[in-house]
Amino acid sequence: MADVIIEVSHLTKRFGDFTAVNDVSFTVERGQIFAFLGPNGAGKSTTIKMLTTLLTPTSGDIKLNGFDALRDKDDARKSFGIVFQDQSLDDELTAYENMEFHAVLYGIPLEDRKKGIKDLLTLVELWDRRDSMVKTFSGGMKRRLEIARGLLHRPKIFFLDEPTQGLDPQTRNHMWHYIKNLSEKEGITIFFTTHYLEEAQEYAERIAIMDQGKIITEGNLVDLLKKTGEKTLEEAFLKLTGSDIREESAGKADQLRMHRQMRGR
Amino acid sequence: MNAIYILWLRELKRYSRSRSRMIGSLGQPILFLFALGFGLGPVFQKAGQGNYFQFLGPGIISMSILFTAIFAGIQVIWDKQFGVLKETLVAPVPRWQIMLGKTVGGATIAVLQGIIVLLLATIFGFRPEINLLLLTLIYMLLVALFFTGLGISIASVLGDINGFQIIMNFLVQPVFFLSGALFPLQDLPKIISIITMFDPLTYGVDGIRGTLTGMSHFGLGIDMTVLLILVVIVLSIGAYLFSKIEI
Repeated sequence: MADVIIEVSHLTKRFGDFTAVNDVSFTVERGQIFAFLGPNGAGKSTTIKMLTTLLTPTSGDIKLNGFDALRDKDDARKSFGIVFQDQSLDDELTAYENMEFHAVLYGIPLEDRKKGIKDLLTLVELWDRRDSMVKTFSGGMKRRLEIARGLLHRPKIFFLDEPTQGLDPQTRNHMWHYIKNLSEKEGITIFFTTHYLEEAQEYAERIAIMDQGKIITEGNLVDLLKKTGEKTLEEAFLKLTGSDIREESAGKADQLRMHRQMRGR
Repeated sequence: MNAIYILWLRELKRYSRSRSRMIGSLGQPILFLFALGFGLGPVFQKAGQGNYFQFLGPGIISMSILFTAIFAGIQVIWDKQFGVLKETLVAPVPRWQIMLGKTVGGATIAVLQGIIVLLLATIFGFRPEINLLLLTLIYMLLVALFFTGLGISIASVLGDINGFQIIMNFLVQPVFFLSGALFPLQDLPKIISIITMFDPLTYGVDGIRGTLTGMSHFGLGIDMTVLLILVVIVLSIGAYLFSKIEI
């Protein structure tokens, strides 16, 4: 029996009469790189928000690292780190201060804090810029800092919600190099979403595809390709979810994000 | 408790680094002191009420605390949409501590702003008594805590920033203008008199004015009691609403 670190059973979330997540169950094994894919509006974000205690499910159960994410919230919260889809750093603080802020919120003792911050900032090659304001950072640097921050409390699970969105190919490549290392060397479980399917194809050890609130398929790449008879994950994905463009009723944050992207920010 | 401290520290660092915000927020108090002080001063004097700056000073101090505090609270709406709030909401910290840290941080900034305006007012000829200064600071802090807490409560419920203008026009402005910050509370028409008594800022203005100039309408004890009760209520409601935030 494999060691399960994320266990989701019969998870449902309804907003009024709209069911965003509909009776979803799946498990993730410890140390795995798990890709969580789906078209816009499939319910991915809602699922991640529930997994990370930001949203209360209508029904169902979530276990993270053995802790009930609905009842033992704080233990569950200590078990995971997260890089959000939207930037969530404090622009007016320095890189070091952002790390320190996180360390205090997670109750990391002072001695560990200093060493941890130094090690991680060095890892993501930001130690030399530790005293610079985050607002002076490029998109890629901010992402790296967010990764360092998310790892500071030594989580067992790392959620990455579109970690490479908006980054150039060089930075994306670099980013995946860190992430893969974390999984291989530290045994951290990686749970990520992306719209770049070639990333999932290359790095994911297991893939789940969600559509219209349900998980429509789950398995490793080979199974998935065999099942659909396609050659790439992208083709398989389109075959399973259809190639129509999704009419998404975008939330306020999404609208703003699109607006910002269009204005090239 | 460390969480409350670091959230407070964060607000202070942000404030101290944003000179433009500090200076920008002094424009309005200076304008009010200048225009109202010199404009209405002679009328006030003729009516036998004495030096208007002496009366107006505490009112404008209260005004700047009100605006800074409510704005600090309302900022949670922005945080909710774009910022660091998510990062704090997934941290293993009780939500009420996050709310309290933000409130105390915002309130501290509002008090600092109030102190700056107090100093500014003396340039215009405001002459405060300083033997009760410590008590003045307590009244300032209570006003600041109440309105930061109120701002956070509103921001917790409000979905986006579109409602912000409505709040400014239908809540903050009336609270300021009907608080006795600009005019004495004696001999008012009945209806206005009743409305001012339901305005939380009235008791703050009265307490600050009472300790700085000796002119208090309700008495310092009543001011303090009312403010303390209001602060406890708003912080409890705010902590509850904040804990229910879902993004």
